[in-house]
Amino acid sequence: MGFKQVKSILPPQTHYFSGSDAVVEGAIASGCRYFAGYPLTPATDIAEGFSARAKDVGAVFIQMEDEIASICSIIGASWAGAKVMTATSGPGFSLMQEAIGYAAVTETPIVIALIQRPGPSTGQGTTFASADIMQCKWGSQGDYQVIALCPWSVQEMYDQTINAFNLAEQYRVPVILLSEAAISRLEERVEIKEEIRIFDRAKATGVAALGLPPDNQVQPMPIFGKGHQTKVTGSLRAYSWGLTSDKAVQEMVVSRLHHKIMDNRDEIIEYDSYYREGAEVVVIAYGFTARSSLLAVKALRQDGKKVGMLRLKTIWPFPDRVVAKVGSEVKKLFIPEMNMGQVAGEVMKYTCSKVISYSQTNGDSIQPDTIINELRRLL
Amino acid sequence: MAKDLAQYFRPEYRSTPQSPLCAGCGHGIVLGLILRAIDELKINMDDMLFVNGIGCCMWVPTPQFAADVLQTLHGRALAFATGAKLFNPKLKILSFLGDGDLGDIGGNHLIHAARRNMDFTIILGNNMVYGLTGGQVANTTPEGALTATTPLGNPYRPFDMCKLVEAAGATYVARYSILQPFLLIKSIKKALQTPGFAFIEAMSMCPTQFGRRNRLDTPVELLKFLKDKCITKKQAEGLSPEELKDKIITGELKNGGS
Repeated sequence: MGFKQVKSILPPQTHYFSGSDAVVEGAIASGCRYFAGYPLTPATDIAEGFSARAKDVGAVFIQMEDEIASICSIIGASWAGAKVMTATSGPGFSLMQEAIGYAAVTETPIVIALIQRPGPSTGQGTTFASADIMQCKWGSQGDYQVIALCPWSVQEMYDQTINAFNLAEQYRVPVILLSEAAISRLEERVEIKEEIRIFDRAKATGVAALGLPPDNQVQPMPIFGKGHQTKVTGSLRAYSWGLTSDKAVQEMVVSRLHHKIMDNRDEIIEYDSYYREGAEVVVIAYGFTARSSLLAVKALRQDGKKVGMLRLKTIWPFPDRVVAKVGSEVKKLFIPEMNMGQVAGEVMKYTCSKVISYSQTNGDSIQPDTIINELRRLL
Repeated sequence: MAKDLAQYFRPEYRSTPQSPLCAGCGHGIVLGLILRAIDELKINMDDMLFVNGIGCCMWVPTPQFAADVLQTLHGRALAFATGAKLFNPKLKILSFLGDGDLGDIGGNHLIHAARRNMDFTIILGNNMVYGLTGGQVANTTPEGALTATTPLGNPYRPFDMCKLVEAAGATYVARYSILQPFLLIKSIKKALQTPGFAFIEAMSMCPTQFGRRNRLDTPVELLKFLKDKCITKKQAEGLSPEELKDKIITGELKNGGS
């Protein structure tokens, strides 16, 4: 259990990967040995990639009958002791929502690569969007927490996939690699280091006690077939096993799922800052749009404009503290997004400075020139 | 067939049985038969994984069995079981699932688990109704029967899930009613020893939700109803299609091969 250094399976050198390949390699490197999926553009590349690599490391790959079956089977495999993953896009992600809530309440480590495509509904499979930010957090019923990571490069698709597995195992929580086709289908250099740092879940011993855990900390996880007499259930009424009153269980479980993540959010959340010194306007961006934004900010800085940037690498839990701090230091926050302002709305919760949301939902990525023009109007 | 089965229950549930099943429910009988089959085969409960869904059947292994229990989402039990089994093929998986769980919401997973010939023992607890939610029509409700959502009688035919899984590629298929306990124990033992998909339909009963709406209020009346409805394969021979119309044929329907 805990963090350990392991040798990379891939030769440590510069590789040339697509974003999807990088996710597959990151998963294999993390020790993912069970993958279930269902074809859906643009996420299918990841399933195809894993199916090709599975035999090299003795992993299980299965194409299930739908996305519901895919996520349910990875939850089953996780309780059998595997590090597990599935990959999908909007329509499949919608089908998975009930099981995401189940994984959250049963504290099952799972990783979902969500390669976003424009919606609603079938939308478009071959253009770009980043409009599932809120679904990622609020898609299943009730109050629960997940972790969502937003890579901006193929290198980060590899690094953040490893991070996703580590966080899932460490906090026993569903982790979503929240990406876009603009990155999953991008091909770039990826540096593979000789050693990588991975986390293996704490394993339970003895017969698993019935009832609630003693505190809000992450508990060691039992594995099926080892005599733990584990009881796994999404039914909070059954959770009490007749030992605690229904009302107490409901409140304690909901509170536990919240605090387990939120109390540790400073450990979980990652972000990067660029040109923030003396900045009067700061761009808050994530994913592919952060690439365009950084080009725009660089160009304007060369023009002597006081503009900076904050890149959110973690979207959920939301980086509330850094956003509040940046908001208190600047005049305006500019938030370009390939959706109708999902993160801009979240930023408004935590800052009193003026938030300017820029939305583009035409299926194209936001170009640097567009951002430069918008920023010039604010400066 | 008195037998001490206490060792199969967690200590918390040995002295004070806390069954949430209603009085007269047929599923309690199936619970006893499952444990007797396991006992006779001397299977170590540490090797067993009970995967259940949502519905009255879930109260059979949950929470009292001294074994691993995965209580899943409604309809999805066999998808969860597929993941656990493929990653650890040593797990011996038994699922006792309701007719709504297997035949309605989970029908697709049932078909594909049978097609893949997954090494599961599936027992369908067919009580002909949605019990837990208050007696609504199920895919197994007899034509004309009254339920909470068919106040004028069920207009549709009931589902023959044995035929379905056989066509989908199951290795072992059988059907018995809870009035045939010894045959059911024998069948569960066979299913547990069958490598591949083994499916048993256990005709059960629900006086609380099905019986009371269909003038079969007491368990005895429901047992009589089952006795009249369920006939053996031998009894079925020579009967006309008209005579077979409302009958349910019990026995071993498929054993081995493909």
